[in-house]
Amino acid sequence: MSVTGLPSASGLPDLRQVTPVDEVGVNERVARFQTRSIKKESKIEALKMILSMIDLTTLEGQDTPGKVRQLCQKAIHLHDSMPGLPHVAAVCVYPTMVGVARKALGDCDINVASVATAFPSGMSSRKIKLEETRTAVAEGADEIDMVISRGAFLQGDYGFVFDEIAAVKEACGDAHLKVILETGELGTLDLVRRASVLAMHAGADFIKTSTGKIQPAATMPVTFVMLKAIKSFYFETGRMIGMKPAGGISGAKLAVHYLVMLRETLGNAWMTPEWFRFGASSLANDVLMQLQKQATGVYQSADYFSKD
Amino acid sequence: MSMAEATARVPVEKTYKMYIGGKFPRTESGRYFPLEDQKGAVIANICRGSRKDFRNAVVAARSAFAGWSAATAYLRGQILYRIAEMLEGRHDQFTAELVLQGVGKRKAKKEVDASVDRLIYYAGWSDKYQQVFSSVNPVNSSHFNFSVLEPTGVVSMLAPDDSGLLGLISNVAPAMVGGNTCVVLASESMPLCAISFAEVLHAADVPAGVVNILTGFHEELTTQFASHMDVNAIIYCDGDVDVAKSVQIEAAENMKRVISRVDTKWAEESAQSPYFVQDTQETKTTWHPIGG
Repeated sequence: MSVTGLPSASGLPDLRQVTPVDEVGVNERVARFQTRSIKKESKIEALKMILSMIDLTTLEGQDTPGKVRQLCQKAIHLHDSMPGLPHVAAVCVYPTMVGVARKALGDCDINVASVATAFPSGMSSRKIKLEETRTAVAEGADEIDMVISRGAFLQGDYGFVFDEIAAVKEACGDAHLKVILETGELGTLDLVRRASVLAMHAGADFIKTSTGKIQPAATMPVTFVMLKAIKSFYFETGRMIGMKPAGGISGAKLAVHYLVMLRETLGNAWMTPEWFRFGASSLANDVLMQLQKQATGVYQSADYFSKD
Repeated sequence: MSMAEATARVPVEKTYKMYIGGKFPRTESGRYFPLEDQKGAVIANICRGSRKDFRNAVVAARSAFAGWSAATAYLRGQILYRIAEMLEGRHDQFTAELVLQGVGKRKAKKEVDASVDRLIYYAGWSDKYQQVFSSVNPVNSSHFNFSVLEPTGVVSMLAPDDSGLLGLISNVAPAMVGGNTCVVLASESMPLCAISFAEVLHAADVPAGVVNILTGFHEELTTQFASHMDVNAIIYCDGDVDVAKSVQIEAAENMKRVISRVDTKWAEESAQSPYFVQDTQETKTTWHPIGG
């Protein structure tokens, strides 16, 4: 077992030094983001930005090639009767579906993201996790969403988690690595911050809240703590890290609140799909319905939008 | 300070809120309007619901629809009976509220009586209207052809202004017994009973979102009630030709059913019939091959 919590030659920071989180302060700050009123043109721009940041996701045991192809169609043709819409950032699937998605997306510049490393539990050997990652990349994944070993992390075995992320990063090659902390299993905001710092030092390109399989998934307080960790890391190292809240963000209004939080925490530089993503399945249609509402003045029904 | 003053209780006034998705929120808009009695004294501040409250209510009604429309006729009937029982138990409260809003005492009592009876009436229809309106149709081919009713979906209702309790119930009961979910805009001049009735619904095991009750200005919200794309039928009970025209034009956008109940005498027997249930039903016809 590695020496826990101590700085090591490999770059593992001393996590005991990570700034503790003031939970009451975080909740107050988050509540204020939700009071911002975004209207008219700003709202339309925000909604379009949200669409461009979505990782359209299907991660079900019942996924079939047909369902993945349908999802890819949705990614390319969000709502053709509304001109001037951006496309989503990526399609997120299981490793076995990467080839199908890659083919279905053709040469349009929507990325294929694949979960890997024994998603969602992460309970497998390192050898298998690395092999899974390499397979997904070989099949054409541009982005890998890995899960951390929460058991080892909660046990305090930070060295193990650090090495694992670093190894997966190496296996990714050119593919971007998103590291899922599964904050719903970490328990406290202090641990969320520690895990964020650990993941960023270990080589994550993105840090991501949740698998979507555990409740609570993404929440604004958790995302805020992670954004603050990204900010500190940037000041410390000069390296930008992306952020992806995932799971539970199904309404356009909530997504706009996330954008407000992003803007007021990390600033404009992060407000692109390159640095911020929403992991969601039903968010896209809600955003589309809001855009249609803005265009027509009439509240919309899901009956008139293609299923995602 | 005299002893009497020192021991007098501070009056506890009821806050009349709206009923959306099984909860009692205030309007998201923060707007209110004062409800006055005959002499101009303020009885209560009533939520002036906004189009966003309406939107939230439709979301609640839509998500309640799958469960409520799949509930057995027996269960829907039992729940309507239960509402009637709960209302009967609060007879005095509703009578007093009607009186407070300017209805004569005897008339008020009769209105509450009639409201309970109307709920019982529709509870009884829960497992019967299907037999009355369904049919086996003779066709000139080897098919067994039959038509049955299915609830249309989410029904928006502009409740009658002159009948705060009975008028509301006479519209809600037939729609909900048929498996629809509804969003109702209460009487503007007599909104008290509508909100108290929401408490009755809440205590009667009506699933959250099946009935949603808003208060506010009809002139402001009628367009939204008629135009919302996720509403399948609209019922209106007041207004002149211009109102009727605009409701029908807005409703045409998604081919809503438009049901006019203008000039209905709510206290009379003619204000209840299985046809009120049929109003918010769709007919599904099935062709089933037989023989060879």
